[in-house]
Amino acid sequence: MPIISFHSAEFDYNMTLRPVHSFSFLSVVFLAFSLSIYLKPAFSLPTIDIAKPEASKGRLTWQKYNCQSCHQLYGLGGYLGPDLTNVYAAPNKGEPLIRAMLQIGIPPMPSFNLPEEEIALLVAFLKETNASGTADPRMFLILSNGMTQRK
Amino acid sequence: MTNLYQNIGKYYLATALLMLCIGLVFGLTTALYYIIPGAESHLLGFNSLRPMHVSAIMFWILLGATGCVYSGLAFFYKFESPNPIARTQWFLWIIAIGGIFYSYTKGDFGGREYWEFNPIWALPLAMAWLLFILNFIKAVKKIKPWPVYVWMWMTGIVFFIFAFTENYLWLFPYFRGHFVTDMTIQWKVNGSLSGSWNQMLYGTAFFLMERINKNSTVGHSKLAFGMYFLGLFNLMFNWGHHIYTLPTDDYVRYTGYIVSMTEWVFFAKIVYNWRQSISEAQKHYHYFPYRFLMAADIWVLINLSQAILMSIPALNLYTHGTHVTVAHAMGTTIGINSMILFAACFEFLGNGSIAFNTKNRWITLSFWTTQSALLVFWVSLNLAGIKKGIWQMSEPQIPFSTMMKGLHLYFGIFFVAGLVLATALFTIVSILLRSYWTIPGKELQTENV
Repeated sequence: MPIISFHSAEFDYNMTLRPVHSFSFLSVVFLAFSLSIYLKPAFSLPTIDIAKPEASKGRLTWQKYNCQSCHQLYGLGGYLGPDLTNVYAAPNKGEPLIRAMLQIGIPPMPSFNLPEEEIALLVAFLKETNASGTADPRMFLILSNGMTQRK
Repeated sequence: MTNLYQNIGKYYLATALLMLCIGLVFGLTTALYYIIPGAESHLLGFNSLRPMHVSAIMFWILLGATGCVYSGLAFFYKFESPNPIARTQWFLWIIAIGGIFYSYTKGDFGGREYWEFNPIWALPLAMAWLLFILNFIKAVKKIKPWPVYVWMWMTGIVFFIFAFTENYLWLFPYFRGHFVTDMTIQWKVNGSLSGSWNQMLYGTAFFLMERINKNSTVGHSKLAFGMYFLGLFNLMFNWGHHIYTLPTDDYVRYTGYIVSMTEWVFFAKIVYNWRQSISEAQKHYHYFPYRFLMAADIWVLINLSQAILMSIPALNLYTHGTHVTVAHAMGTTIGINSMILFAACFEFLGNGSIAFNTKNRWITLSFWTTQSALLVFWVSLNLAGIKKGIWQMSEPQIPFSTMMKGLHLYFGIFFVAGLVLATALFTIVSILLRSYWTIPGKELQTENV
């Protein structure tokens, strides 16, 4: 049976039930799809989890200073500064650069004068974002169906 | 016809127009960071200005969409007396807006991108939305059967509160502790939220077209419902195209990819109806709501083409994280959402008389200036994005700061086009607000909203 099936383009009172059915069906599938995502942490392997408290608190520190307004993670965020997903492991960057930028800043990034504790949390967070994968588009292959996959 | 809902609608549309003005001022100020070296020493921090701009524009759309729904409902449902729910809803909005801007000014962040304010201010916003749902249910339960635009309004209103709640799942350590799932949910939310207000606005566009064409059967046609369900399907499942590089499950990425490709149907429909649209445009050209809807149609075609191409993962690899994405966001927000809202403002504000005021050359001039400046604005962002995309894929890679310096020309054009665009939009807003306050629209006070 087609999802939408009307007898004519003109108004037909009997058709009022059909949109309700279609809407309900799509909503149930959507909720199931959402639930499959919500349950993911419960069934994840610990190796890809960042349940370490420092990293989790570092995520909140990232939000507290609104780092996302200038920087990206996995290409999502602001455009004024570079993507920081893999800055922790980048050649000539890593923890020393992260600490230096947070302490003194380089225009247009201001010096945030963060306390050592918060710097450590942000470093822990960026260490874990790096461990989760790569945001570098050069590290992806293009498959024949148009999808991309990490090399 | 004038009743409480229509007045409430006008009140929301006027508030939305003020938010647009605030958003434009913050947008221009934020853009200075891209073109003036050392801007940070003279301005409020970029991390405050950017969310101020984004939030003000989102409130323009959300308040405007609310105003459109209330104004549309006024043609079905009458209230004789003042409605405390509607009044409380509006005050909750004002409390939320005040709190959110105070939060940004003080640097009191804590939220996620696009909702960076202290999460406490999400509460009045959510409460206002729940009251909106209550009023909506009260009004639409007497409409039988629902035309397609009422379905679209309902979808937008319901899915907004669902996604808005989902937007705060990160408050629970269970979700926050798993970075990839957390980001998956974050972009599921962002996709659904924009899908929600699009449903409310496209519903309004449908409602306006039905009134302009004086053909009430269109809202019950097979095609209209087919397009509605395709839109709903995309709202629910196409958001995966935001996160192709995120190491989330393949079924999420493939669902996003496959569902996004169904948007070719919208594309085909617009192209198929093109000839008819042109003849209609010639007929209704002097009617301002139609003119803005026609502009929205053209921007739909431009942005839909771009969106479909960007949703192909192989191409997305080049555009993701670049200004092509910004161009798309700006193109849809200004070109589609704002044009529909302007059409609604011309129809509903000032008792509709301004909609026929074809002798007003300022509106015509501002309309065409808006379209031209937006095109330049959009092209400059795309060119900057293409250049950044090439940089992203290059080996070896020059430093980020050097690449950004290479984009200065495009940012300069983007700023000048933005300035012209903002001037044109300010002119339109001032004409609309003057009409709201001077044309016998004082019913609002008499009904104690």
